[in-house]
Amino acid sequence: MASITFPTPGLPVSAHATHATTERRWVRWTLIAVAVTFLGVFLFLPLAVVFSSALEKGFATYLAALREPDAMAAVKLTLIAAGIAVPLNMFFGVAAAWAIGKFDFTGKSLLVTLIDLPFSVSPVVSGLIYVLIFGLQGLLGPWLAAHDIKIIFAVPGIVLATIFVTFPFVARELIPLVESQGTEEEEAALTLGASGFQTFWRVTLPNIKWGLLYGVILCNARAMGEFGAVSVVSGHIRGRTNTMPLHIEILYNEYQFAPAFAVASLLALLALATLLAKTVVEWKARQQSAEWEQIIGEAV
Amino acid sequence: MKLQLKQKSILPGFGLALGFTILYLSLLVLIPLSATFLKASALSWQQFWHIAASRRAVASYQLSYGASAIAAAINLFFGLIVAWVLVRYDFPGKRLFDSLVDLPFALPTAVAGIALTTIYAPNGWIGHWLAPLGISSAYSRLGVVIALTFTGLPFVVRTVQPVLEDLDKEMEEAAASLGANRWQTITKVLLPSVMPAAVTGFSMAFARAVGEYGSVVFISGNMPLKTEITPLLIITKLEQYDYAGATAIAVVMLISSFVLLLAINLLQAWSGGRLKRAHGSELPEIAEAGAAS
Repeated sequence: MASITFPTPGLPVSAHATHATTERRWVRWTLIAVAVTFLGVFLFLPLAVVFSSALEKGFATYLAALREPDAMAAVKLTLIAAGIAVPLNMFFGVAAAWAIGKFDFTGKSLLVTLIDLPFSVSPVVSGLIYVLIFGLQGLLGPWLAAHDIKIIFAVPGIVLATIFVTFPFVARELIPLVESQGTEEEEAALTLGASGFQTFWRVTLPNIKWGLLYGVILCNARAMGEFGAVSVVSGHIRGRTNTMPLHIEILYNEYQFAPAFAVASLLALLALATLLAKTVVEWKARQQSAEWEQIIGEAV
Repeated sequence: MKLQLKQKSILPGFGLALGFTILYLSLLVLIPLSATFLKASALSWQQFWHIAASRRAVASYQLSYGASAIAAAINLFFGLIVAWVLVRYDFPGKRLFDSLVDLPFALPTAVAGIALTTIYAPNGWIGHWLAPLGISSAYSRLGVVIALTFTGLPFVVRTVQPVLEDLDKEMEEAAASLGANRWQTITKVLLPSVMPAAVTGFSMAFARAVGEYGSVVFISGNMPLKTEITPLLIITKLEQYDYAGATAIAVVMLISSFVLLLAINLLQAWSGGRLKRAHGSELPEIAEAGAAS
C-alpha cells in the first residue's frame, strides 16, 4: 500500500519520509532472502527429495512399487479409514456448530475447549488410550476376547484412532463461522413457514459450505496421513493392518528407499492437492464475504 | 433443566444437536481419555513416581521439551520475518511461498520424517555439506530440532500474519512524524503489537512439537538417554508389553499438554480475541462481515 506523502515545495520528496515508514532497499531484499531461504530449505527441499528419490530408479520401478499388493492393500486401508472417519467427523462438526453457534447456553466455552482437546494430545497417546480400553490388557479386553471381537491390531482400532486425531477439524472451522452469521436468516425462513430441516438445508448450509469444505479437506489430509496414533493400534500386519504411512515406515526400515518414497510421493501429492484446494476455497470464501460486505453496506 | 440454562430461541434442533455432540464427544474422546487416568490410578504413587521419574524418562522429557523449545524459538524468529515479508513486500513467487507455509499441516509426518532424514543424512543434499564440518545433523539431537522446526513452522507465521495485515499504517506514520527512525518504529510500535500473536504462535508450535512422533523417529536415531523422545519411549514400553509404564508416561504427557492448552487459551484471551482467526485459517473475512451485521 502506497502511503500518501505531501511533497513540500522546495524540499526534495525526501528519502527521509519513505525511510521512516518503509525499510531501505537492501534491508528489504535481505529480509526477503532470509525468508525465502528458510522456506526453501524447510519446505521445498523435503518435497523435492520425496519426488526425486521416488523416481531415482526410473518410472517403471516407481509404478511397480505402487502396484505391489502390499502397497495396494495399504492404499485401500487408508481410503477405508478416512472414508469412515471423515464423514463421521463432518456430521459431528455440523451438529456441534448448530448447537454451539446458533444457541446460547451455560457451559458453551467449556464444550468448545473439550472439542479441541484431541489437538493437544500427542498422537502416540491418542492411540494408546484405545489400547488401554480395547487391548487385551485393557478395561474391556477380556470381554472382547471372550466374544471374539478384535478392535486393536485390526481395522476398527485404526478407524477409532483416525477419528480421534481428526476429531476437531470440521467443528473448529464451522463453530466460529456459524456463530458469526447469527440467526436472523433462519428465523426469517422459519417465520415464512419453512420446516427446520428445510431451513438448515436451504439457508444455513449454503452460508457455511466453504467453511465446511475447508474443514473436510483438512480433516481428510490428516486422516490419510496419520502415523503415530495409527502405528500404536495397528499391529503392523503387512497387507492387513498397514495404512500408507505405516507401509512407508516398513519399506524405509527395510532400506527399500525407492518404493518407500514412491508410496510417500502419493501422500505428498495429496498434501499439494490439499494446499491447492485450501487456496481455492479461501479465495471463494473471500468472494462470498465480499458479497456479505456489500449486502451489509447496502443495508446500512 | 436444560431449558433454564439455555436462552430462548425459535430455532429447532437444539436438544438433538447438543445431545449428539455430547454423546459423540464423550464416547470417542472424554471416556477414552479418562480411562487412561483410571488405568494409571491402579499404580501406587511410588510405582508411578518410579516410572515417571526414571532416568530414561527424565532424559526423554529433557530432549522432547528442550528440542521443542529450541525449534519453537527458531520458528518465532524466522516466522516473524516470513510473516513480515509476506504481508509487506512484493517479490516473485510470493503467493506460492504463502500457500506453501501450510505444508507441514498437510504433509503426513512419516513422509516429512523420511524426507528430512534423506536430506540430512551424511550423504544427503545438506548432510554431505555438514558432515565434513563434523556436524552430524541426522541421527542426533540436532536432527530432532530440525524435524520439530519443520512441524511447527506454520504456527507463528499464521498467527502473526493477520495481525500485521490489520495494523494501521497510520501508527507507523505517526511514529515517524514524531521523529522515530525506522528501527525505533519497528521495536517500539510494531513489535509490541504483534508480540501477543507471536507468543501464542510460539506456544502452539511448542505444544505441537512436544507430542510429535512421526517426523522425529526417522531422523533422531532413537538412542535411549540420548535421542529418545517421550512419545517414542511410550511406544517402546508398549512394544515390551509394559502397559503400566506406557500409561504412567502418557499421564505425564497428558497433564503437561492440558497445562499448555490452558496457557495457550489464556494467551489468546490476553491478545484480545484477535487470534481467533489465526491457527491455519478460520475464514477471517466472513467472520468479520458476519460480526458486523
